[in-house]
Amino acid sequence: MNTPDLPPKGPTLKRFRTRFLIFLSVIGPGFITANVDNDAGGIYTYSQAGARWGYLPLWTLIPITILLIVTQEMCSRMGAVTGKGLSDLIREEFGLRVTFFVMIGLVLANLSNVMAEFAGIASCLELFHISPFVSVPLGAVLVWVLVVKGNYRSVEKVFLGACVVYVAYVISGVLVKPDWKEAAIYSVKPVLMFEPSYIAMLIAMVGTSIAPWMQFYLQAAVVEKGITAKEYAESRIEVIAGCIMTDVIAFFIIVACAGAIWSVAPRDIKDAADAALGLKPFGKYAYLFFTAGLLNASFFSASILPLSTAYTVCEGLGFESGVDRRFSEAPFFYWLYTLLIVVGAGAVLLVPSGQLVQVILLSQVLNGVLLPIVLIFMVLLINRKSLMQEWTNSGAYNFITWTSVAIMIGLTLALVGITLRGGA
Amino acid sequence: MAETLLFLTELLGLKVYDLKRKALGRIKDAALVPLIDPHRIDRYLIGGDRAWFTIRHDQVQSIDLEGIFLRDEQLTPYHNDEYMLRMARDLLDQQIIDAQGHKVVRVTDVTFEIRSENNHTALRILEVDVGIRSMVRQILKGVLPPRLIRRLQAPISPHSIRWEFCNIVEPDPQRRLRLNISNQALAKMHPADLADIMEDLAPAERGAIFAALDSETAADALSEVDPKMQASILESMEADKAADIVEEMAPDEAADALAELEEEASEAILKEMDSEPKTEVRELLEFEEDTAGGMMTTEFLSLPENATVNDAAAALKGNEELLEVLNTIFLVDAGEKLVGAVPVARLFLADGTTPVGGLRFETLIKVPASEKQDRVTELFDKYNLLTLPVVDDEGKLAGVITADDIISVLRQK
Repeated sequence: MNTPDLPPKGPTLKRFRTRFLIFLSVIGPGFITANVDNDAGGIYTYSQAGARWGYLPLWTLIPITILLIVTQEMCSRMGAVTGKGLSDLIREEFGLRVTFFVMIGLVLANLSNVMAEFAGIASCLELFHISPFVSVPLGAVLVWVLVVKGNYRSVEKVFLGACVVYVAYVISGVLVKPDWKEAAIYSVKPVLMFEPSYIAMLIAMVGTSIAPWMQFYLQAAVVEKGITAKEYAESRIEVIAGCIMTDVIAFFIIVACAGAIWSVAPRDIKDAADAALGLKPFGKYAYLFFTAGLLNASFFSASILPLSTAYTVCEGLGFESGVDRRFSEAPFFYWLYTLLIVVGAGAVLLVPSGQLVQVILLSQVLNGVLLPIVLIFMVLLINRKSLMQEWTNSGAYNFITWTSVAIMIGLTLALVGITLRGGA
Repeated sequence: MAETLLFLTELLGLKVYDLKRKALGRIKDAALVPLIDPHRIDRYLIGGDRAWFTIRHDQVQSIDLEGIFLRDEQLTPYHNDEYMLRMARDLLDQQIIDAQGHKVVRVTDVTFEIRSENNHTALRILEVDVGIRSMVRQILKGVLPPRLIRRLQAPISPHSIRWEFCNIVEPDPQRRLRLNISNQALAKMHPADLADIMEDLAPAERGAIFAALDSETAADALSEVDPKMQASILESMEADKAADIVEEMAPDEAADALAELEEEASEAILKEMDSEPKTEVRELLEFEEDTAGGMMTTEFLSLPENATVNDAAAALKGNEELLEVLNTIFLVDAGEKLVGAVPVARLFLADGTTPVGGLRFETLIKVPASEKQDRVTELFDKYNLLTLPVVDDEGKLAGVITADDIISVLRQK
């Protein structure tokens, strides 16, 4: 192009402004994924870690953040460069049969995640004496209407708004007045103990942070947003910021439970709402903010998971999808979406709570089995020159990703083992 | 038992036998050479013990579910051939455009007809299969015997696209030429349908299709896609090709598309444009997007105040490209100031010599170019307008906003 060699007026400021505007235009996918990550199951895991072990587990957050960034970055890069979703790419490169089984695994894993979210909604509102038979159906209808009747752009705005509500955890963490010095020290000081339940807790924290659905959702959201290789630099910042935010929130959840429950008497909690109750002695607001955070997280994730699953499956298998299509144009998409919500919410009401815990544990196992497969596909795909051109992983980065993938696989398989033996 | 049809999922992995009925290997892929024949499988790719070989279609004696029997067992080592469209690699599981159903679909299987042609047997591609029936075949392939799979899938209703209506999506322009892929079927579609298809494709493929379409079709389709995508499509093209397309768009739509681009990119395109559309677009780019000036187009028809119906007819004849969208003619005085608006339909009922001034709307509704978008939509609603003239500071007619602009604005909210 014939751009003159002279620098444009006010180059730094102008470039900064352009970059900032581009950054704003790519906001969405990274933050939303990161925050759905702190869903009901995540909050329970972090609360349990804090209530039982105090500040000790905090050091894991930094390595978790790094693992999260490595995996998420690859997905968003693939989305931006190829303009295709992860399930699309798996289908094109590995064929229908492989895709079919990955999709079945994903539907089952995500269905049990959806159950966990509705269980979260139910237990939160039970604290305010609202029966699950009111809260769960209401939540399900709300989720369904929000997504089917809204268009993606306005829905995305609602979701981004929901991300802000996570600040509730920061507030409740501060209100509890935890021991900040301890928290700071243990954030950087690794503590390893060969106590089975401690190790199980560490693995659960990693397992809950990096789930298969995230990879599919993030990549699809990047594509849907129309982010291209050109805007990728800004998009990457957003993804990394999102990952950091996830773990900052996790930090405050752990700290709040450490300060409120562990410092009084270390104990196991039975669900995330139980953790909220534990905060009650530290003031009404600490308790309210914690509960609000949990309700928001459950509802938010209950909206995203079924939608993301339906999209991913339809894409991979080649069915019409999208909320901008009519029911008759994309029947499979709407049926799958609706069924995930109905079955997910229905199970919370109909399955006795003891068995529900089993179902949710099963979801961890499914997630754990699926994750290594998805991660391996991702690294294979991102190294294909025909797809990624000059955007493949560099040698050094490949070393990091394979190492991360190996660590993730090792940990999730360990988690699966522990869950199956009933040790968790 | 002889079959008349064969599916690609059955062909892949089929054993190939030489004259002594000894197995040579299995079918790995099959390729069309569209420049020679767009329907007949020209080569079969066979994986032997070590390397891949090819056989030509006329070496085949017979094909059925038991295997492929050769009449000439000469094998040629396989070289990657740019002129080949390989079924398993380039078609199976990939996206294609269904030009008749106006959809992007993913191929799950391909149906061939087994046909004998002067003492050999050939496969001719009939349809591309999508949907559950073909999914059953692909998922069960190799797990159950082929005849059982055929029986299992039979009750499911088929969903196929005739090969003539399949448009391969190939981002590489060189390869498009070698594979003889034309976009004729796409050019025949309504621009809005074409735009929908574009939105379902990945950016590289989208860009390739736009670059291959003629400028007029591309411009029509581009006007229909959403502004952010317009920008990314224009950016992906060479500036001169982009300029050709932008020139064909209505000036207001061209300006909207260019406004989404970064300044450098839009300047590069403007530089390549012809001078007349360039000035119009540049003028429009000066206005803020959410004002009347940003919404209007500069394509309109204006006549002097004292013109007759005959003059109006003559003017219409000179502007045929406007006819599809034109429903109002504007009247200006000697100083180019807007003085009236005449609905085109009234011209039909009037005598040739009647002054058009007498046919004008009783009240003239107009807005300054700086008027806010919300106010403009309000006026359309209040006065049930189809068109609304926009005037500059001196009262001169600057452009026109039409109802379709308003619908787009409202839809985006």
